[in-house]
Amino acid sequence: MFRLEPRASAPLLWQVVTPLLAVLATIIVGGALFAAMGFDPVASIRTIFWDPLFGPAAGYSRPQLLVKAGPLILIASGLALGFRAGIWNIGAEGQYIIGAISGAAVALAAYPLEAHWIFPAMILAGAAGGWAWGMIPAMLRNWFGASEILVSLMLVYVAQRIAAWMAFGPMKNPEGFNFPGSRNLQQYESASNPELIANSGLHWGGVAAVLALAATWFIMSRHILGFHIRTAGAAPRAARFAGVRPERLVALCLGVSGALAGLAGLFEVAGPGGQITESFGSGYGFTAIIVAFLGRLHPLGILLAGLLLALTYIGGELAQMMLNLPAATVQVFQGMLLFFLLGFDILTRYRIRRRA
Amino acid sequence: MMIDPLSVFILLLGAATPILFAALGELVVERAGVLNLGVEGMMITGALAGFAAAHASDSPALGFVAAAIAGMAVSMTFAALTQFLLSNQVATGLALTLFGLGLTALFGKPYEGVKAPAIMPGPLGLNWMIWLGMALVPLIWWFLTRTRPGLILRAVGENHDAAHALGYPVRLVRILAIGFGGALAGMGGAYISIATVLQWTEGMTAGAGWIALAIVVFAQWNPWGVLAGAWLFGGVTVLQLRLQAAGVAVPVQLLSMAPYLATIIVLVLISARQKFGRSGAGAAPASLGRPFYALK
Repeated sequence: MFRLEPRASAPLLWQVVTPLLAVLATIIVGGALFAAMGFDPVASIRTIFWDPLFGPAAGYSRPQLLVKAGPLILIASGLALGFRAGIWNIGAEGQYIIGAISGAAVALAAYPLEAHWIFPAMILAGAAGGWAWGMIPAMLRNWFGASEILVSLMLVYVAQRIAAWMAFGPMKNPEGFNFPGSRNLQQYESASNPELIANSGLHWGGVAAVLALAATWFIMSRHILGFHIRTAGAAPRAARFAGVRPERLVALCLGVSGALAGLAGLFEVAGPGGQITESFGSGYGFTAIIVAFLGRLHPLGILLAGLLLALTYIGGELAQMMLNLPAATVQVFQGMLLFFLLGFDILTRYRIRRRA
Repeated sequence: MMIDPLSVFILLLGAATPILFAALGELVVERAGVLNLGVEGMMITGALAGFAAAHASDSPALGFVAAAIAGMAVSMTFAALTQFLLSNQVATGLALTLFGLGLTALFGKPYEGVKAPAIMPGPLGLNWMIWLGMALVPLIWWFLTRTRPGLILRAVGENHDAAHALGYPVRLVRILAIGFGGALAGMGGAYISIATVLQWTEGMTAGAGWIALAIVVFAQWNPWGVLAGAWLFGGVTVLQLRLQAAGVAVPVQLLSMAPYLATIIVLVLISARQKFGRSGAGAAPASLGRPFYALK
């Protein structure tokens, strides 16, 4: 038999190898699942992971990679701060929706005025909306000790209903032939978030994602705040003795991750999404949780993990078109990936020894 | 607007039942010291498995059995990861929810637009599942507070190292509790598809699993409190639906927020009571969420 021996610190090698093992296991088990469902496993896996980048239709799908990865990375980089400190914001989806609504509100109020201040004002509003939505669970935890996990999650459902209300009520396009949904911001020049370089898929959201990664890298590894966050996560009691004030960390982590999620929502509604609709929230906020874990809460890892999960979105769409694979396949893949990752993680935290 | 109190109470019992099942299951899991955030995933799995089995066999009872088995089966993934591979319980529970939602979306397609067999009414016009849910409250209370296995389960939840030192099988107790929680969550989910909505739609549990988790906190880990919490939630849901039907001048989308807002409010009230109250009663099990591993 075997026994587990806790490691004093996680070796870098295993930290890098285990996510790769998890991806590999997901591909193998996913292939088996496809075979069981009567699809050609090799063709399915190739369509999801290879064809979007190098296949015959790659010219169309490659720019989509940055379109999808942008919001995932932006949200995940904020979530990683909190996860490091043991502060669980799992309501990023709600903050994403509220950020989009706040930003869109600025644009719709200014319509049809064309001015340079509109887009920057939308960015501020989007970040502020997401921040405020994230501060609700933060304050309820600080004041009353309510679980930020449950409150932030409940607020996702509330945000979804606000989006539905906006699409059918206050934000409905007056020239939209009575269809639900706001005006399309892509057709409103001052408010649109266009592609910056043609056919690259890069819009301001992608730029913000890179900036967010750089900023979180700086905070985590070069600033006293990062030290506080890491200490609070690893040893909450010791952190108090070191002068860390947990309430401030809760407000900071939930506020910052909320603001970043709000920004992601704003860039989406002004760019690829175009309008506030009932189903505006499309799950980026939840997938970003997987991105944060797969990237080991490290900026570089999050960058790679965000690109990989963006790939599964595009690959999933492609497989749906080419092979008639059900749309939900991607969700199953993402869930499986997180399972495998958490399972393999034992290799980084424990040494497996033969029992004497 | 006429609201007949008796008919509202009967509707309330129905609306409370899925939450009651799931929250009672999670209560046992948490009393054993395990925090399983995958209730939503187990409920949706039960909702689909139960619906499919009831449809295939034309028997709602078989549907609930299948839902219990399916809920238990997916909960074993969580058990394996958290108990043997010592993974983080918060993250693993989330993974279970995301996986359950994905898996059911994948396999649920053929059941969209299909009808389920009608559930049999029991005494007083309430179906048997409502009765079973209410019967489980005293049964679980009795098990936890009046039996030896119940005492061992609580010991494992309060201090797993001490329980281990006394020779109790910490891991086994927790795995059994997780399985029980999975079975009840599965049945709760199936109640939504078989008895409430009468069809299968993707993501139909709509946060019921998360509300159940909040109800366990609200109940301060006491089965009777879970009953009260489930009824409170059922009442808010029914009232909200009644107001919608009565055509109140508030948009439907805003009315349908009520259950989620109510959950936040009760969570805040009970947390505040625990934080500012003087007594230590009603606190979470001391080992909740902490991984256990024996050096020997």
